[in-house]
Amino acid sequence: MAIKKIAFIVEKLPYKSETSRLALTHAIASQTVEIHLEDGDNVEPVLAFVGDGVLNCLKNQKALDIYGVSSLEAHIKNALLLDLRVLVCKEDLEGFGLTEDSIVMDAEEIGGEVTTQVVPYEEIQQDLESADHLMFF
Amino acid sequence: MGKITIGCFSSLVGSMSLDFAIKFSDAAVKKGHEVDLWLSGNGTMLGKKGQSKFRDYSYLMDTVMELINSGKFKITNCEACAKARGIGREDTVEGFGVASMDWYLASAFSTDRILHIGGE
Repeated sequence: MAIKKIAFIVEKLPYKSETSRLALTHAIASQTVEIHLEDGDNVEPVLAFVGDGVLNCLKNQKALDIYGVSSLEAHIKNALLLDLRVLVCKEDLEGFGLTEDSIVMDAEEIGGEVTTQVVPYEEIQQDLESADHLMFF
Repeated sequence: MGKITIGCFSSLVGSMSLDFAIKFSDAAVKKGHEVDLWLSGNGTMLGKKGQSKFRDYSYLMDTVMELINSGKFKITNCEACAKARGIGREDTVEGFGVASMDWYLASAFSTDRILHIGGE
């Protein structure tokens, strides 16, 4: 029985490429990974938004209206609904003049109980150091 | 010998990342390692049937088939990413797996090293 921690680090802009969307969909796929593993084994995902990647977390995205695709905001809410740990770098958020009020902090309207954590980069670094594998998107 | 998992999200044409991933896989298999290669996003193009070998564009299928035949190499397309691009199972070269994203995470679970090549 083992748990492997995988950190999904999102550092790219939303919508410019498919990259950050794939980070979220792969992280959310951790919810069904057990079907491929031995009993008791599992994957523990952590999503960390750093650098330009913090812009993926902006509220009130209109991707569905403008591009006809689901928004990164919706994916982040799904991640929160599924109790994934979602970390946002405090310094990078502040660098863009943003605050917690500017970003997706919860998924209450769809029944989510966990919230986004805005944390200093030092705390994200600790998560990266404790992860078994890192995936940069 | 170890197991290496590679995730590649870049297209066959328009980027050299897949070329690198296949060259790297070839070197690793020749050293006796096992390799799982996960293709997501535009990377799923690699598994499309009917590719042509033109000198101006990358053509990796011969090496990929040699790797598959080695028995030490698994290559799998993300089903949703491929289907979104019009590449169904019937359009995919024999020997390629087609799976959902949890396949990649399961491979990551049991691997010794991950080489994750994100999209450009």
